[in-house]
Amino acid sequence: MNHSVTNTVRLFGAGLRALLMLTLVTGVIYPLVVTGVAQGLFHDKANGSEITAHGKVVGSSLIGQSYHLPLKKGQETPDPDLRWFQGRPANGLGSNSVNTRYKLLLSGATNLSADSKDLLRQVRDARAAVVRDNSVPGYTVKPSQVPAEAVTSSGSGLDPDISPRYAKIQVHRVAERNGLSVGQVERLIEDHTEGRTIGFIGEPRVNVLELNVALRDLVAQR
Amino acid sequence: MGPVLAGVLQLLALIGALALAYVPLGNYLARVYSSEKHLRVEKWIYQGIGANPDTEMRWTAYLRGVLAFSAAGVLFLYLLQRLQGSLPGSLGFSSIEPAQAFDTAASFVTNTNWQSYAGEQAMGHVVQTAGLAVQNFVSAAVGIAVAVALVRGFARSRTGELGNFWADLVRGTVRVLVPVAAVAAVVLVACGAIQNFSGIHEVGQFMGGSQQWNGGAVASQEAIKELGTNGGGYFNANSAHPFENPTPFTNLFEIFLILVIPLALTRAFGVMVGSVKQGYAILATMVTIWVGFVALLMWTEFAHHGPALQASGGAMEGKETRFGVGASALFGVSTTLTSTGAVDSFHSSFTGLGGGITMLGMMLGEIAPGGVGSGLYGMLIMAIIAVFIAGLMVGRTPEYLGKKIGSREIKLAACYILVTPALVLIFTAASVALPTPPNSMLNSGAHGFSEVLYAFTSASNNNGSAFAGLNANTDWYNTTTGLAMLLGRFVPMVFVLALAGSLAGQRPVPATAGTLRTEKPLFTGLLVGAILIITGLTYFPALALGPLAEGLA
Repeated sequence: MNHSVTNTVRLFGAGLRALLMLTLVTGVIYPLVVTGVAQGLFHDKANGSEITAHGKVVGSSLIGQSYHLPLKKGQETPDPDLRWFQGRPANGLGSNSVNTRYKLLLSGATNLSADSKDLLRQVRDARAAVVRDNSVPGYTVKPSQVPAEAVTSSGSGLDPDISPRYAKIQVHRVAERNGLSVGQVERLIEDHTEGRTIGFIGEPRVNVLELNVALRDLVAQR
Repeated sequence: MGPVLAGVLQLLALIGALALAYVPLGNYLARVYSSEKHLRVEKWIYQGIGANPDTEMRWTAYLRGVLAFSAAGVLFLYLLQRLQGSLPGSLGFSSIEPAQAFDTAASFVTNTNWQSYAGEQAMGHVVQTAGLAVQNFVSAAVGIAVAVALVRGFARSRTGELGNFWADLVRGTVRVLVPVAAVAAVVLVACGAIQNFSGIHEVGQFMGGSQQWNGGAVASQEAIKELGTNGGGYFNANSAHPFENPTPFTNLFEIFLILVIPLALTRAFGVMVGSVKQGYAILATMVTIWVGFVALLMWTEFAHHGPALQASGGAMEGKETRFGVGASALFGVSTTLTSTGAVDSFHSSFTGLGGGITMLGMMLGEIAPGGVGSGLYGMLIMAIIAVFIAGLMVGRTPEYLGKKIGSREIKLAACYILVTPALVLIFTAASVALPTPPNSMLNSGAHGFSEVLYAFTSASNNNGSAFAGLNANTDWYNTTTGLAMLLGRFVPMVFVLALAGSLAGQRPVPATAGTLRTEKPLFTGLLVGAILIITGLTYFPALALGPLAEGLA
């Protein structure tokens, strides 16, 4: 009995030493070397692909933002600022529930099911809002024109992109609100549309933050 | 080009890339685990362990090594989380509560990476990098080691010896996982995945004000998370988060990383047992099932049945614009047919049948191609069951790779395939029957049941993905999923290693005209059939209550 206890302790000690040796390799040396190479070769990307406009950081090209008006009294959800292109709904995005001295964005999805009544309501409300917000005198959005990603929340809640179709729906509204011509805004979208990588990987997309930064520049030049 | 065609082309490109890697990586793996030389760094590590890497181990000694190393891993990771509040480099995050710390420790040591916490708000740099990421490497290396031991059981005769666990563990880490992951991590950073050690910092916003970001060694963890079929995200949104998976290319690249070692191991198996054709037959079985599942999931997701998805005009809920439906389906199948569990889209919002397909993928035992190592040994167990069934049909003693499948072997194989279904069904039933655990469900009706069934399917099969609406951070789920993960990992390993020892002790049986040719397409067909029938019979009632009820409503 004593013999087997000693053996077990000895074996566990070997396991622990193996873990410590491999922690040194995979948990210290490996991440430090990768970080060194990453910071040396791809400094901007390794630190979050920040976008700077007129000397000020306005966010990351990879992280979607909201373009809302300040919350009014008695409102629970802010209204969208219709001067700017709007991204996707982010009903799964939260804020941190632990370590609350920080105000962290908590990435996530709604996880609502395809037969969920809540999700059905979210989708219908979002579609009605897209139709309402983007219909301007002389241009009416039909509900059937609105693409799926415009009325659904993404997996991360931080989706930086929308489809070119959703961007085009917003053209007339954005042009009117900013005193630009429809043609100018359409050209802006074309310049910021990224097709599938080498023709077939992923889906075509427009980065909303980059688009809005360019829009603001265009308005400033006017 | 339409999205369906783009999805199919991505599947074909992936198959092409995997085919290119198959022979070189498979041959390399076979060399790594057969070589008699030790690298200098390996010798240092063996000295540190105090183990002689040239000592041959019988199956019991090999198993004791696996268990001792894994027990040390659970204890170390548990303590690291419990002490986080006092550890420097932890962003000032508080310590993790006991039940959650146990669950997380069990989860990462068993290669499951089920997460009842949200990474960006709970885990600081030290726990992520020196705790969780380390287990991403070593749990994968343990899986490969056990698979290699089983392959040696087939390859060797009249010996009980299966190799040296410490040598297999260290070689897998040092010669395979670290170098490939390092290259992959740099590729991910080049595409936009972050890699820094900054603290929580403010970043300006377009509309004014700022948002708080958490830095971290994300790319280095992301690379091994996929390569080692682990799946635990640095962030809550896992591979849907743009800092983990920034572009459509990285998405396809990550799927490649998930699949490349489990597939190449069939080549290593073929080389080590002296017939690469045997490896091809196993590979063909895996690929047949994988491609079939991809086709099914693409079909259900593009068809987007379900009231909410119909109303939105496409299955984009929980999916990222840059990936779209096709690439998300490809990722979803690849992560659930392996033991990965990383997600680039949220399975809970898939169509009813689509969610069922991801569940069924795990229920097959994650063998097509399965987790690193665990996929190969799981598939070889099924191969033994298949030759046994074939043997019953023609009334011959079954053989596989020149070894007799006698009553001891078939008992061990049968025990192996009973463990996970028992865990899944018992824990699911208990969670539904008891008064409080159902309160964790987010969705109601069939989908609520699916959330629980998915959780225990994922935990017991060491996958780690979730129908994430379920609030799993309760004492009940932290404890039961933790137990399911430990039992679902190590009990099957006991049977695998016992089987390996038994096979290695046999003398080879010469092949005769009556021997079933296990390198032929006929056998692949038999194996696919055996897998589908056994899984189907086991899980059909549970699936009927959850995803089938939802999908066919």
